[in-house]
Amino acid sequence: MPFRLLRFALSPGYPEPRMFTAHDAPRPAYDVVIIGAGGHGLAAAYYLARDHGITDVAVLEKGYIGGGNTGRNTTIVRSNYLTPEGVAFYDESVRLWQDLAEDFDLNLFYSTRGHYTLAHTDSAMRTMRWRAEVNKHLGVKSEVVDAGDVQRAMPMMDVSCGGHAPVLGALFHEPGAIVRHDAVAWGYGRGADRRGVEIHQRTEVTGIEVEGGRVRAVQTNRGRIETRKVLCAVAGSTPRLLDMVGIRSPLYVHPLQAMVSEPVKPFLDPIVVSGSLHVYISQSARGELVMGSSLDPYELHSTRSTFDFAEGLAAHMLDLFPCLSHVNVNRQWAGIADMTADFAPIMGRTPLDGFYLDAGWGTWGFKATPVCGKTMAYTVANDAIHPLIEGFGLDRFADYRLTGEKGAASVGH
Amino acid sequence: MKLLHCPVNGPRPVSEFVYWGEIRPMPDPARASDAEWADYVFNRDAAAGVKREWWCHVPSGVWFVAERDTARDAVLRTYLWGEGA
Repeated sequence: MPFRLLRFALSPGYPEPRMFTAHDAPRPAYDVVIIGAGGHGLAAAYYLARDHGITDVAVLEKGYIGGGNTGRNTTIVRSNYLTPEGVAFYDESVRLWQDLAEDFDLNLFYSTRGHYTLAHTDSAMRTMRWRAEVNKHLGVKSEVVDAGDVQRAMPMMDVSCGGHAPVLGALFHEPGAIVRHDAVAWGYGRGADRRGVEIHQRTEVTGIEVEGGRVRAVQTNRGRIETRKVLCAVAGSTPRLLDMVGIRSPLYVHPLQAMVSEPVKPFLDPIVVSGSLHVYISQSARGELVMGSSLDPYELHSTRSTFDFAEGLAAHMLDLFPCLSHVNVNRQWAGIADMTADFAPIMGRTPLDGFYLDAGWGTWGFKATPVCGKTMAYTVANDAIHPLIEGFGLDRFADYRLTGEKGAASVGH
Repeated sequence: MKLLHCPVNGPRPVSEFVYWGEIRPMPDPARASDAEWADYVFNRDAAAGVKREWWCHVPSGVWFVAERDTARDAVLRTYLWGEGA
């Protein structure tokens, strides 16, 4: 037995340093306040400290670290988008992902699996060819494959889908991967914590003070904090925060549900998505099937689960994998997705000086965690928009300059 | 299964209904500025609260108004347009 383990048994206290420093109460002032200790907020804190030397930062979290959409997504990372802005942005994110475990000295279980987006119709095949060409032009590994290739990669799949929606082909994206999502938040959080950033959990922002068109302070349930710069990275709670500062936004909020099965023998290596059947599925390292579908059909701010979702998703999944008919569902949950009209995020500065926004990440924000952190840290530190997020500003709606990222959600919404 | 009360057909499974968003007054297109029109087209009141919304019972084509608390997923009441006030 390794002696390291023995220390845990014999030591009266916990022998290793804890993951995070526990702070008593927030101080009365910080250079930067980040609202939301999910992946995006913690990544921004991490890059602010590491790349820009700004460590007088507080991250405020209403709940606990990574307890929102960071811990509720289906952990898929890919960059096979449709618009050049989208592909460049997400490809930078995939590159960052691949070095992250070393950066953190923490195993993220980053597992490159390959990602198949199935096409069941001629028009879907045309879109796959379009996406493949945009991807290849920008140096991203994507190609169109036929139904035989899909069958060889996933022998357990019924590519005829019971005869009513046969698979014609797929967009195959080799770098598609899954990552342990909690570890991403913990890694960024610990990295920021060690550089002097303070993370305050169970600290809810109740108001934002503005003076002369500029942020002056935030009010919390644990006291008032003076600051000149606030980064808001709170996903489904963004409209509530924006109401505090009187900024209108095109966000709309729907829940997105997912579920996971009991562990079964490994049989599915790649990640598979079908936009027509509204289903995506991957198998975790533990053997569980992680499954998701499209957004809930109406606006809601509650993370309740519905039987309609589980039933609908299971029906479609059985079209693809009839062999799973006896498998039990273990857990089901929901996250609150902040959606935009053009399926692109809202990032950067706002009409209020010192108030920065990282929102509109809807159902596709997890994969962008590293690049969001990096570009938002740059934007906050320099008060200047990072070139990679120029197309994602809040002002694009008033100017009718939408980005139109139809590849954003793997399942059509 | 969740039930929704259609003012014409009574309680029906929610899967028979389509949600069409919050009821919002449209500015006069001839007089609205570009900024006012963009605000109407894109911007939403997306924070949680009690909202008046359009819903449709699809099999019978009945459009009606629902007052719903979006924090609790609780429908407070439903009525046909013009009958609720």
